[in-house]
Amino acid sequence: MDKQRKTELAEIARRVRVGIIEAVYSAQSGHPGGSLSIADVLTYLYFEEMNVDPAKQDDPNRDRFVLSKGHCAPGLYSVLAQRGYIPVEDLKTFRKTTSYLQGHPDRKHTPGVEMTSGSLGQGVSVAAGMALAAKIDNADRRVYAILGDGESEEGQVWEAAMFAGHYHLDNLCFILDLNGLQIDGSLDQVMDPRPHDEKFRAFGWNVITVNAHDFDELEAAFKAARACKGKPTIIIQNSVKGKGVSFMENDCGWHGKAPNTEQYEIAMKDLGER
Amino acid sequence: MADKIATRESYGKALAEFGAKYENLVVLDADLAAATKTGTFKKAFPDRFFNCGIAENNMIDVAVGLALSGKIPFASSFAMFAAGRSFEQVRNSIGYAHTNVKIGATHAGITVGEDGATHQCNEDIALMRTIPGMTILNPADDTEARLAVEAAIKMDGPCYLRFGRMAVPVLFGADYRFEIGKGVKLAEGTDVSLIATGIEVEQALAARELLAAEGISASVVNIHTIKPLDEALVVAEAQKTGCVVTCEEHSIIGGLGGAVAECLSEKCPVPVLRIGVQDVFGRSGPAKELVSYFGLDAAAIAAKAKAAVALKK
Repeated sequence: MDKQRKTELAEIARRVRVGIIEAVYSAQSGHPGGSLSIADVLTYLYFEEMNVDPAKQDDPNRDRFVLSKGHCAPGLYSVLAQRGYIPVEDLKTFRKTTSYLQGHPDRKHTPGVEMTSGSLGQGVSVAAGMALAAKIDNADRRVYAILGDGESEEGQVWEAAMFAGHYHLDNLCFILDLNGLQIDGSLDQVMDPRPHDEKFRAFGWNVITVNAHDFDELEAAFKAARACKGKPTIIIQNSVKGKGVSFMENDCGWHGKAPNTEQYEIAMKDLGER
Repeated sequence: MADKIATRESYGKALAEFGAKYENLVVLDADLAAATKTGTFKKAFPDRFFNCGIAENNMIDVAVGLALSGKIPFASSFAMFAAGRSFEQVRNSIGYAHTNVKIGATHAGITVGEDGATHQCNEDIALMRTIPGMTILNPADDTEARLAVEAAIKMDGPCYLRFGRMAVPVLFGADYRFEIGKGVKLAEGTDVSLIATGIEVEQALAARELLAAEGISASVVNIHTIKPLDEALVVAEAQKTGCVVTCEEHSIIGGLGGAVAECLSEKCPVPVLRIGVQDVFGRSGPAKELVSYFGLDAAAIAAKAKAAVALKK
C-alpha cells in the first residue's frame, strides 16, 4: 500500500476511534475495548475492501458485512458515520431511549447495518447464509463477518465453520478479533478456545494470521482471501483490546465500561483530539 | 372422507409443487429430510435444497442470511428442535430482526408416537406466541397444509408452520378458502363453541356428533392461524353460545387455549375450558392411542363441552 493511502486510512481509523469514545462517553455505557481493537480492520473493510456505497444501499450485488460480535456496535456505527451512512453527530445519541442507535446493532432502523446482532455466535451463521445465497445466484459479491475470540467459545461458531467448509463458501471471510480478553478475564483464565488456526483448518478453511493494526498486513490478507478458491477464509487478527487509548489497552476492565469526564479527556488527548 | 395423509407429507408435497412457481424458494433441513418430507422438494429441486446436518441453530441463522439476500427459505426440523432448541435464534434473528424466514416444524405434539417425550413438542406454540410479529399456522389437513405453505411464501415476515407425523383425514375440498388470520366456521351450534386447531379439528367435528346425540348443539370453529388470532370470530362465538372449549394437540398452557382465554377474559368473559396435553410430558405409544390417553379424543371433548355448558348456569 502506498504511503499516502496508509496515512489516509490511519486518519480515518483515528476518527473512528474518536467516534467510539464519543458514543460510549455520551451513553455512559457500551463496549469500548473490543470496538477499539477492530477500528483498523473496520476502516480497511469499509474504505478499501468492500464493494459498498451509502448511495446504493439496496444494490443486490453489494458486499455484505455482519458484526457477529454485536456488542462492538460503537465501532460499527462510527465507521458507518465516517463512510457517510449516518451523521457523525448521531453517535452521541447511542443507547439513548429514542435513538436509532441501539446498544446492539438493529438492522431495521440503522442505515448500513445488514444484520441485527448481539447474541453471540449467530452473526457468523447469518453471514454463511448470505454467502450461500451469493453462490446460488452465481453472483460475485463477498460476505465478511467479524467475530470475537470470546465469542468463539459459542458452539454455534463451530457449526457455522463446519457448514461454510462443507459448502466451500470461498466468498465468505471471517475476521477473528484475537485480543485475548473477555469480560471475566483473559481467555486462558476463563475458557481458552485456542488454537483457532488448527480448528478452522480442520473444518476446511484457509487461515491467515495478521497484526490487526498494520494496514499492509491487512491488505495482503484480504487479497489472499480473495485469491483463495474452494475454501472460506478466516483472518485471525492479533489485536490490542482498547487500542489507541492508553489506559484502556490490554485491560479487560474496559470491555463494557464508559469513561468518566477525566478519562474521556485523556482518551481524546491520546487520540489526538486535544 | 378421502384417504388419510399426515400434514408433514402435505408439507413436502407443497414445497415441491411451489418450488416451480416461486424460484426464490429454498429449503433447509437438519438431517431429517426423510422424516420432515423436505426430501420430496430435494428430489425436485436438488440445487435449492441444503442439508445443514444436525446443527439446528446454525440452520436457522443460515436461513436468515438467505432471507436477507432475497431468498424465501423454509428451515425444517422437528418442532422440538426448531422451536425448542433454537428458540433464541428464532427470537433474535428471525423475530427481532424481522427476517422473512419460514420455519417448517414437523412432528409437533404427542402424535410423534413411539419416539416418546423427548421428541413430542407440546410447547412450541406457547414459545412462538411470545415473539412479537411471529405468524403461527397450524393446519388441520392436507388441503389446509398446502394452502398454508403458499400463504407463508406470499406473506413477508417470520412464519412458524406446524405439521404432524400422524396420518389424518382430508377434511376440506378443493373449494376451501384459506386466509392467514381468519378462522373458519365449520358447523353452527347454539349451546357451546368448540374452537379447535390442527389435528383436533377432526376430533371436534366428531365430538359435535356425540353431543348432538345427547341434544347439545355445538358449533365448530377451525383456528388455523393461532397468531394473529381471529379475535372477532372468537368473541362472536362466545357471545352466541356463551361457553367455549378449546381443542389442541399442545400443552394447555400458552397455546390456542391460552390465546382464546386471554382474548375472552378481556373482551367477552365466558367459561373457557381447555382440551390439550395437561401440564405433563408425553410418552411412548401408538399415536392414535396417545390421542385418547392424553384426553384429546372426541369423547373427551364432548365431556368437556358438557362441563362448559354446566358452567353457564
